[in-house]
Amino acid sequence: MIWNSWNDFWAMGGYGLYVWGSFGVTALCIAVEMVWVKRARENALTQVANELAAKTNGKEWS
Amino acid sequence: MIQKLFIYASPQNFYPLAGRLWPLFALLATALSVWGLWLGMFVAPTDFQQGEGYRIIFVHVPVSWMSMVIYLAMAFWALLGLTFNTRLSGMMTQALAPTGAIFAFLSLWTGALWGKPMWGAWWVWDARLTSELILFFLYLGHIALTSAIDDPRRADKAGGVLALVGALNVPVIYFSVKWWNTLHQGASVSLTKGSSMAQVMLEAMLIMGVAFWMFAVAMALYRVRSIILVRERHAQWVADLPEVKAQMAQKIAGGANV
Repeated sequence: MIWNSWNDFWAMGGYGLYVWGSFGVTALCIAVEMVWVKRARENALTQVANELAAKTNGKEWS
Repeated sequence: MIQKLFIYASPQNFYPLAGRLWPLFALLATALSVWGLWLGMFVAPTDFQQGEGYRIIFVHVPVSWMSMVIYLAMAFWALLGLTFNTRLSGMMTQALAPTGAIFAFLSLWTGALWGKPMWGAWWVWDARLTSELILFFLYLGHIALTSAIDDPRRADKAGGVLALVGALNVPVIYFSVKWWNTLHQGASVSLTKGSSMAQVMLEAMLIMGVAFWMFAVAMALYRVRSIILVRERHAQWVADLPEVKAQMAQKIAGGANV
């Protein structure tokens, strides 16, 4: 362990803003992407189900 | 063996395979990033020149590598798609682009945050930075182009050509620090000269690199499944999928309430 305290760790020797700005935005982007792909899958499933439902409904009515 | 590989060139067979594989890659990405961050943030010593500021390297270098690797992967799928006319190729190219764009953005972002304290500037128009910016625009261009064309086969062709031509930019990025006099430092790790870093710093950086790689694979596999679903929605095998059936049942249940 190279840090004397947590304060030391967060300060990053005065580079805290730059180091945590890099790590923070990277973590944020990763989180956003995971939400995106999840939502894209839900949308895809909804679209497929809607079209299938429309198709079967059409068959029943004709 | 080769024939076995070609089985998975069909979306119908690749869909379940990708579904089985993505959690594995996600797990690897998580485990490796915990390990890499531990080494990078708690074990690696302070740099004698840059103090603690150098620790940005543990995200900057891996995301920059991945921004280039993903583009090469896109070009590979594009080449496959354009020569063999395989349907899956275009879907893979499309599935990779958003992840690549995010990594290219992160490369520029973390680079700016590293440049400011070390060079005194967020941005300079130097060959390395400019070619990486072009890479970012190539990703955005690819996403815009493929989503602007309605016919998926034509979108695949156009996107494939863009991916292939744009791939020329990747060696330019990589060798820019050699070809031109840049403010950006040379490669810290080189195949010919080995590494100029302390062992543990190098290890942490490489582990983070593999972690981001695994993450990118997991995201691409997850995303390609959604693309396959939409593109193949008229196929019977999609209608037979348990997740599609569940969605239908939910829809019918929801409809009955109205």
